[in-house]
Amino acid sequence: MTTLASSRPGAPSPDRVPSVGRRLRVDRRYLPVVGTLVVFVLLLVVGGARYDNFLSVGVLANLFINNAFLIVLAVGMTFVILTGGIDLSVGSVLALSGVTAAYLLQAGVPAGVVIPLVVLVGSLIGLLVGAMVHVFEVQPFIATLAAMFFARGLCFLIAPESIPIDDETFVALASWDTWAGGQWRITSSVVIALVVVAVAFYLLHYTQFGRTVYAIGGGEQSAKLMGLPVARTKVLVYVISGTCAGLGGLLFAMFSRSGYSLTGVGMELDAIAAVVIGGTLLTGGTGFVLGSVLGVLVLGLIQTIITFEGTLSSWWTKIVIGALLLVFVVLQRLLALRRS
Amino acid sequence: MTSRPGAPVVEMHGITVALGGVRVLDDVNLVLRPGEVHALMGENGAGKSTLIGALTGTVPLLAGDVVVDGAPTTPTSVARSRADGIATVFQETHLSPHLTVAENVMIGHEVRGWFGIDWGRTRERASAALAALGLEDIDPRAPLSALSPATKQLVAVARAIVLEPRVLVLDEPTSSLDADEAARLLGVVRRLCDQGVAVLFVSHFLEQVFEVSDRMTVLRGGRVVAEYRTAEVERAELISKMLGEDIDALQALRSQRLAHHYAGSGEATLRAASLGRQGVLEPTDLELSRGEVVGFAGLRGSGRTELARLMSGAERADRGELWLDGARVQLRSPGVALRHRIAMSSENVRDDGIVAGLTVRENIVLALQALRGWSRPLSRGEQDAVVDTYLDALHLSADDLDRPAGELSGGTQQKVLLARLLATRPHVLILDEPTRGIDIAAKLEIQRRVARLAGEGVAVVFISSQLEEVVRLADRIVVLKDREKIGELSNGPGVTVDTIVEMIAADVDELDELDELDPGDS
Repeated sequence: MTTLASSRPGAPSPDRVPSVGRRLRVDRRYLPVVGTLVVFVLLLVVGGARYDNFLSVGVLANLFINNAFLIVLAVGMTFVILTGGIDLSVGSVLALSGVTAAYLLQAGVPAGVVIPLVVLVGSLIGLLVGAMVHVFEVQPFIATLAAMFFARGLCFLIAPESIPIDDETFVALASWDTWAGGQWRITSSVVIALVVVAVAFYLLHYTQFGRTVYAIGGGEQSAKLMGLPVARTKVLVYVISGTCAGLGGLLFAMFSRSGYSLTGVGMELDAIAAVVIGGTLLTGGTGFVLGSVLGVLVLGLIQTIITFEGTLSSWWTKIVIGALLLVFVVLQRLLALRRS
Repeated sequence: MTSRPGAPVVEMHGITVALGGVRVLDDVNLVLRPGEVHALMGENGAGKSTLIGALTGTVPLLAGDVVVDGAPTTPTSVARSRADGIATVFQETHLSPHLTVAENVMIGHEVRGWFGIDWGRTRERASAALAALGLEDIDPRAPLSALSPATKQLVAVARAIVLEPRVLVLDEPTSSLDADEAARLLGVVRRLCDQGVAVLFVSHFLEQVFEVSDRMTVLRGGRVVAEYRTAEVERAELISKMLGEDIDALQALRSQRLAHHYAGSGEATLRAASLGRQGVLEPTDLELSRGEVVGFAGLRGSGRTELARLMSGAERADRGELWLDGARVQLRSPGVALRHRIAMSSENVRDDGIVAGLTVRENIVLALQALRGWSRPLSRGEQDAVVDTYLDALHLSADDLDRPAGELSGGTQQKVLLARLLATRPHVLILDEPTRGIDIAAKLEIQRRVARLAGEGVAVVFISSQLEEVVRLADRIVVLKDREKIGELSNGPGVTVDTIVEMIAADVDELDELDELDPGDS
């Protein structure tokens, strides 16, 4: 078992000299994230050794640019999974948000109205899911599955074909970029994704809402008996996930300059994979939003390596992700078993 | 509370609660005063935890009202009761295993700074509350899952006191503590009490209750049967109040008293030598003879169920030996015990006995089928023969045979369970509370059956919290207290309920016995 520090907190203790071993010891809760970080670094090393130009600032910057929407989705998914739930609707909601944006922009609605509106569409679907989960006690799997079909169906209702986006304001926002420290290109979608990550981190670690999210994942009954606002929090995590999906749709529309009803099929699974690889337990209660970001980057890096390889089919991405996911889930199990 | 010194801080009037159509609390009154420790006493199922639930809003009220500080309130949630200044430590420790110690103590009331939660000050407050309970050694950053059950229990108490509540409710707060820890907790309770906090205290450790409480309310069957000042009550009186039966029921049963007392053959069929398990039961010696009914008497938590479980393989002993007909046996599971013809019915029929989804017929043949092995299914004819035998013997209704057992009353379920065990033709039959919560007729039925079984040469262990029943039925009575056997009585004309009660009450050696509990530190 873990040895508890035997010194009185706050009291001076002369024998508490931080040794090297002590400094290197990692809190066990961070172990899965550290594991993800190790995989990320390994992938970088492998890629760097095999291909010229792999270890360039451009490749890393593109990793963020190409995956900004997935980072946002994974952040929302982290909230849901931390409570022990799951959200299967995010891929469809992303598509719905993108199609709605493209449709409205085509119809001449100003971007300043469209952008907040499509994000709110995501929030609204999240609110419906949250109400189903909380009020009617539908399992999150079923509730979000229903929302997934619902949102996908709506996409086709609005427009079965791809709609190009050529609204000036929107295109200007989408193509805005800046150079941070020389070669490092940052686009508006990267800025938005990083702001989302920062807000999520603050919510989870510095507000009562965030602590309640973790407590619910540790045991809903316990959380109730500790007098925490379980109902409100459970609804809110689905609203957050829906909002993130709506925002993700916007980012994807900025990325592809179009809205298409078939985008994001299976993307909810990518988001779940990123969250799990990032060290969040599917049973809830443990995990970090920064781990999920790292999870997305690992997925993106695998894709990049396979692109660099050139000869390999892109389906190899899925095979590697599947294998990696398996390894991570088994490792988490082992860690959990050793704990008990 | 400064405005009305001495006035009650909580008044509960006419509290009535029904769960699943059964009245589990009926017109209960409870008054908590500042600076007083009020103990809630009663056997299992008396309604103590339900009453706490009614105060903290986890159980809906059918009738009655709750007044806090003179103002009527409707407890609807734990959060609401906390807002009223009522902090509760529930029986099962309810904390979040993944969070750190400090987070668990402070969650819901973290110290806020200009940038959300101020973790530094939050941890300081948590440490202060932990130190008050003698837990200054604990790293507030350690994950809760790394702590022992005892420490977790104290962390839950720290969580309750950190908000400086005016009412502190403690439901079995010492159940996994060792003597030092329990003494320290009781010290904290006393200190809070001196500061004017009203405490509601529930514990099945009688001596702790006598040490810490000022006043006690005794519940039985969901009703208040007595209220005492602790200083003015005898242990014996309290115990008989807790265990007492309704006079009518008593008289109905007394006329049925069975004179079967058996002169033991002197040869033990099942013999326990220093049988025990760390933290569960002290090493115990016991012999069961053929044709003898042995009663286990003691309060809840005295170790009577634990002894039965160790003797029937439901729980593995980690010390001592078990001998069956002169040969040593290792009961690794209830299945092994069943093959040795040792059968046990559990205290909790609904959860541990009856398979609610199966029919009565299927429930009855279950154990026999398990004994034969699944490769040799009982034919319908054989099933009918077995079922018919016990249908008559236990007066079960043939109409019920193909109904799911879950639909039947508690008494019928007990009889079905008994039929299942009898179908395996046990040599040793252990019955844990076979008559709890069932009506008089079913009770008599089961008692009569037990007596007849003993006459047929089965060694029977009979456990009941109704001492009258034990005295009526048993040839020999084993008395347990605080997880230890404290004596054995040979039943005879001179033995009454009072004999047992006095034996339990006389065994006062304060909290020393708690030393033997497993502190659980790893």
